[in-house]
Amino acid sequence: MIKFLEKKVEQVLEATKGNKYAHTVADGFATFLFAPKTTTNGLGTHIKDGMDLKRLMIFVVLAMQICLVFGMYNVGHQHFLAYGLAGEASFFTKFFYGLFQILPIIVVSYAVGLGIEFFFAARKGHAIEEGYLVSAMLIPLIMPPDIPLWMLAVSIIFAVIIGKEAFGGTGMNILNIALTARVFIFFAYPTTISGDEVWVAYDYNFLHSIFGLDSLAYSTFGADAIANAKHGLMSFVQADGWTGATPLALAAKGGWEAVQGAYTTSQLFWGDIPGSIGETSKWAVLLGGAFLLATGIASWRIMLSMLIGAIVTGLLFNAFGAADSFLGVPFHYHLIMGSFLFAMVFMATDPVTAAQTDTGKLIYGFLIGVVGMIVRVLNPAYPEGWMLAILFMNVFAPLIDHYVVAANIKRRLARANAN
Amino acid sequence: MGKNVKLKKGYNINILGTPQKKTEKIHTRTYAVKPIDYLGLSPIPKLLVQVGDEVKAGDPLFYDKLQPDMLFCAPVSGEVVEVRRGEKRAITEIVILADKQIQFKSLEKIRISSTSREEIVKHLLQNGGWAFLRQRPYNVVADPKDKPKAIFISGFDTAPLAPDMSYVMEGQMGAFQAGLEVLKKLTDGKVHLSLPGSGGGKIGDAKGVEIHKFSGKHPAGNVGVQIHHIDPINKGEVAWTIDPQNVAVIGRLFDEGRFDTTRLVALAGPVVKEPRYFQTYLGANIEGFAANNLDNDHVRFIGGNVLSGKKIDIKGHLGAFDNLLSVIEEGDRYELFGWLVPNYPRPSASRSFLSALSSKKQFNVNTNSHGEHRAMVLTGQYERVLPMDLYPMQLIKAIMARDFELIEGLGIYEVVEEDLALCEFVCPSKTDMQDILREGLDYMREQA
Repeated sequence: MIKFLEKKVEQVLEATKGNKYAHTVADGFATFLFAPKTTTNGLGTHIKDGMDLKRLMIFVVLAMQICLVFGMYNVGHQHFLAYGLAGEASFFTKFFYGLFQILPIIVVSYAVGLGIEFFFAARKGHAIEEGYLVSAMLIPLIMPPDIPLWMLAVSIIFAVIIGKEAFGGTGMNILNIALTARVFIFFAYPTTISGDEVWVAYDYNFLHSIFGLDSLAYSTFGADAIANAKHGLMSFVQADGWTGATPLALAAKGGWEAVQGAYTTSQLFWGDIPGSIGETSKWAVLLGGAFLLATGIASWRIMLSMLIGAIVTGLLFNAFGAADSFLGVPFHYHLIMGSFLFAMVFMATDPVTAAQTDTGKLIYGFLIGVVGMIVRVLNPAYPEGWMLAILFMNVFAPLIDHYVVAANIKRRLARANAN
Repeated sequence: MGKNVKLKKGYNINILGTPQKKTEKIHTRTYAVKPIDYLGLSPIPKLLVQVGDEVKAGDPLFYDKLQPDMLFCAPVSGEVVEVRRGEKRAITEIVILADKQIQFKSLEKIRISSTSREEIVKHLLQNGGWAFLRQRPYNVVADPKDKPKAIFISGFDTAPLAPDMSYVMEGQMGAFQAGLEVLKKLTDGKVHLSLPGSGGGKIGDAKGVEIHKFSGKHPAGNVGVQIHHIDPINKGEVAWTIDPQNVAVIGRLFDEGRFDTTRLVALAGPVVKEPRYFQTYLGANIEGFAANNLDNDHVRFIGGNVLSGKKIDIKGHLGAFDNLLSVIEEGDRYELFGWLVPNYPRPSASRSFLSALSSKKQFNVNTNSHGEHRAMVLTGQYERVLPMDLYPMQLIKAIMARDFELIEGLGIYEVVEEDLALCEFVCPSKTDMQDILREGLDYMREQA
């Protein structure tokens, strides 16, 4: 069976040799199915480490899966909560609701991004680089569940072409691709993403009727309201006491007390709150982070220094801020609000856009922690700081490395002059 | 007193088939001298023999046009049967069909202590001993006009399947000591001998040299790493290196008055039936080793270790600096979803495989590249396995950009291919780092 597949793969690769676009695609799928039979070329080492970029990238994707699965559940949970049906809808109803809400986002993310990657790889006559596998998974996780798909597609096209291919492709980009897509939407469609309507999925879709929740919804809200909901006018159906505001929006208005008015600390940690798809559940992010650290794939230096940077800044704010202001939010609660942990584990550690030297990574992470907290707390315009902080430090990472490397060169020179 | 250096960075690649401490004498049908082993020579050396000539061990075979005094000599007596040529007619091998009983060209025995440096240099140059001295930077044959700031010898080898130097040197300590006396005459600085932290056995009995201890994983046994920690090479400085068995060859050249390249070579690897040592001469034909000793015939022969050795075909011969013949299986087969679920265990410095849980596990390795060449993405993985204050990725990128000042500043003079071999092994993007580094070294040498 496997021999037969191997033969087929070789035949397809042979048959597509004439057309570089077809060949690149065929090669992409072939190397996905089979690790290639290429051997070391004799110019250098004769054996190679089992680690390659495919494995590396897929491990990062695996690390995100708990976030994704919980995100699916939570999208459903928030939806039914808004309808006042959280108690009635079962775990699976919520999960499948979320699945149907998120799956199109993932499909669009992979299809659009990989399509562009395939095209550029074929044009350059390269094999397809695996970097986008991670970006394509990260993008859905940092998007709100109700993001219009066309908006998503436009942002991905922008991020991959302008953010990556224009700089020379995988390994050459200055800015984190997923965050570039996010920041594009943020500035191009500010009303969509900074309002609160997208943070909970209000789509009243067929799942309601499948799981027998229709009658419950009708009895709660009345037929007219549900009809409106089906046409996208969600505000009519919100259950009593439901705000839909994210914890950070609350903290900006009234400090930690306001947050606690709506959410408990354990809710913030376990993640059954409105927010982007993959970043509300802190435990899932921490598990993913632990996996990346245990396998040695993500840099502990960046994670640790970013944590320290955020804590130090948080402590400074606490020293000056009044208790009921954003400044006064106890520093440790900052760690479980918003997307701090997600940014620390999955975004700041992107090896291409982070600092590349070990010392540089410490500085880079620390500054992200500081800048992110400043944007989050002191800037009235942006509710969350990590996206901007990381992109900002992405730009400075080469400069940090430049000085670290220059110090190494200086040490060498000093040693030579001492003799 | 020497230094005691403990290195934390590095990675030991454990491979099945490490050589047992058992030695067999082997006298192969042919032997060869390979001009390409000696870096820094002009591409086409001047031949002093023709096919059909009879030579004795120690008779000169060729010299470099730019260094007519430096002669490269035959390791065995016999008939020159072939001159193999490679690209652009460069000579790759001068093959000698060996006599059953080796005839040595007899030379004057020389008392080292009472001989001047000049005479020692002359004796080495004319009788084949000089060729074993290699110069840092660049790893080229040492220039007789130079006076090195020091001479470095690594008394142990941490590379995969490496021979145990204390065992190899056991019977050659007299010649080794004599060789050290010669080396001491060549430099005004010190002769440094590095030993493993655990001791190093017999080789530690060496007298009159500076002895250092290095503990840690591979590449702690690389002379380049040791130099970096003992007395690093700065711009404009020159140091020489030589391996212990060739020190003994030099010793015999003076003590016994003959060019006797006798050496122990380990035959090792997962497909070798009985991995062990062989006593032979420089340039032995590898067919003699391979016959009846392998489990598998779809294999690659590597003169040296699997990280920085040279591929040799079965008709080929060992190189002048090889004391190991590694044999591993060729890995030209597909692996269903191999990048995700490995179908068989393999070594990895990353902790992404279950085998990372046990550091003692020995692997049956093959030559599969485990992935294809990609852009450089991951960072920090090279630094984890290189115990030097040096930025390998930045250096490699500077070489690719041919930025002379940056290459120099980043310390190219301190490394040769074998020092970055482990970086190349761990690279998930499968970058040919050693090849790029050699381009860089050649470029710097041209510019200088």
